[in-house]
Amino acid sequence: MAVTAKTLNETEFFYGHKACAGCGGSLAVRIALKVLGERSIAVVPAGCMSAVGFNFPQLCFGNNAIISTFAGTASMLTGVEAGLRAQGITNFHAVGFAGDGGTADIGLQALSGAIDRNDDILYICYDNEAYMNTGIQKSSLTPFGARTTTTPAGKNIHGNLRQKKNMFEIVAAHGIPYAATASVGYINDFMRKVEKAKSIKGTKYIHILAPCPTGWGIKTDETVEAAKEVVDCGLWYLAEYENGSFTLNHDPKEFSSVEDYLRKQARFRHLTDEDIEIIKQSRDAKWEYIHKNFK
Amino acid sequence: MARKFLSGNEAFAYGVRLARPHVISAYPITPQTIVVEKLSEFVEDGSLRSEFIHVESEHSALSCAMGASSVGARAFTATSSQGLLYMAECLPYAAGGRFPIVMMNANRSTALPWNIYGDQRDSLSQLDSGWIQAYAENAQEALDIALMSFYIAEHKNVSTPFMANLDGFVLTHTYEVVDVPTAEQADEFLPPFETENKLSLSNPKNLGFSAGPDTNTFFKYKEHSGLLNVRNVVAEAESKFESIFGRKYTGLTESFKTDDADYILITLGSISGLAREIVDRLREQGEKVGLLRIRYMRPFPNDEIAAAVKNAKAVAVLEKDISFGNEGTVYTNVNSALQKAGISIPTSDYIGGLGGKNISAEEIEGIFEELKQKKSAVKFLGIEVR
Repeated sequence: MAVTAKTLNETEFFYGHKACAGCGGSLAVRIALKVLGERSIAVVPAGCMSAVGFNFPQLCFGNNAIISTFAGTASMLTGVEAGLRAQGITNFHAVGFAGDGGTADIGLQALSGAIDRNDDILYICYDNEAYMNTGIQKSSLTPFGARTTTTPAGKNIHGNLRQKKNMFEIVAAHGIPYAATASVGYINDFMRKVEKAKSIKGTKYIHILAPCPTGWGIKTDETVEAAKEVVDCGLWYLAEYENGSFTLNHDPKEFSSVEDYLRKQARFRHLTDEDIEIIKQSRDAKWEYIHKNFK
Repeated sequence: MARKFLSGNEAFAYGVRLARPHVISAYPITPQTIVVEKLSEFVEDGSLRSEFIHVESEHSALSCAMGASSVGARAFTATSSQGLLYMAECLPYAAGGRFPIVMMNANRSTALPWNIYGDQRDSLSQLDSGWIQAYAENAQEALDIALMSFYIAEHKNVSTPFMANLDGFVLTHTYEVVDVPTAEQADEFLPPFETENKLSLSNPKNLGFSAGPDTNTFFKYKEHSGLLNVRNVVAEAESKFESIFGRKYTGLTESFKTDDADYILITLGSISGLAREIVDRLREQGEKVGLLRIRYMRPFPNDEIAAAVKNAKAVAVLEKDISFGNEGTVYTNVNSALQKAGISIPTSDYIGGLGGKNISAEEIEGIFEELKQKKSAVKFLGIEVR
């Protein structure tokens, strides 16, 4: 039976932490652990989720959890999984929760190594599109045009000049058993993907877009709405990679307004019409590619 | 017990096989590589049942070993030089997490300039990382330390990672006849790894947490205490080791003819073999000289050193290391030990063997000759400094 809001485990495993109000990342962690259950061992690198959850003596994970080095989420997961298996312990889930910087920048090498070995781990990247824990600095998953504290928006430069790195397809290019994109705005889709990943042997990767009100400049009650809108306007997409092919899970008949999505967020407020045109064009190019290559 | 003709690296690998780690994370680097190659052969031929993991870097090697150790698995890895420095972030991490990982380090020079040969600047630069640091002199001791390292690191009073150092090439690649204990003997010596400090499915925990200013010193003091406990646990391990295997070791240091010596040379690692020969040669000529070999740099043998040199007229340290802008690190530590013990004698530092440069018998004789001048100095062997 598929996990839904009605059948979801009522036990809280990520509870009592001190994440900012409206934190999308903590929502992803909370829901994923409810789907995975009590036999989960979470590895969380230095970053938002470890900073808010692991302050001795206030330790908030109800399941087993450990902080890894910033670069070491995947390699520590490998050790956890191998260490338990070598002792004859089975029926557990080694799951990592790392942010966009911890995944696409400093942790990419270790993640690539783990996928290459096909270690039996689930790696969940909660993507809030910048280094939020250190105070909103650009990562390689910060989208074009976003203002961060290291990509200031002025007359000469309008925020981040680079497109978001394509982590989903980079991971898929390894020939990973299962990869998926998700959004905290489409939580049933995310729960379904976590549940599916649970039953697959080998390396699994789920990339969930998780808005950060603090870093994005939205209200704390707009997290889910923004996470829905980013999918509806086509700047993010819900897809899976399995058995060597891509599947699109959600194909909007008509995109909602990119401009509306961007203008609501303080990080994009400086964008000119020309900047927004560039964003629309790259969205359209991406969707042309998706329609051509994804089922 | 079987007698085999083994290199230092191979002897260490045989010792690791006897300890049967659950997880081995492996990454190649000269001159360590033969250790992980040998272990992979043991896994292939079925004589070792370990999860052998081909990590993609040294940082991941130690991160993976920490993951394994955090769930109560016995973990081993090996590295050298640039690799040790690349994993440096994970060194205090493993020590602070109290994960009793064993790692062999093949002592090698650090770049720049590039150099693959042996000196001890790599491991000595990491003295403050919270790891136990031992230095083997020969292949037999390498094997024996490999087996004992798990006993010591995993002891409940220690719970601290162990770095076993072998001089690159001089020890790692030199062949000697080595006694290899049987698996039954090794099992009699080494108990299974048991710890409360682990993630457990029956008793979930949060590990690797943050500790703010109010509790941090407490954790760091506990970490320090674990290292200080190593002295007693080494004695316990070596006593049990001797009763099973018949080979005797002498704790954090090894003294050779120091009791009545006027002039004592202090060494670390494989150069000690040559230094011992020189001591014998000079003794035959009536010189009252002795040798003190440091076996463990952490915990540092302050008391053992003070006791060995208290009646000497002068002491020299010979080390393959320099802390740039100051002096050799072994020398700094030795001077601190003497000062704390109220021993006021001239001490000299001889920095040699950098980048694998040979240290000759004549140079060691020269050190003993210069000691008679009873002057303190820091000197580089083999270059003329004006």
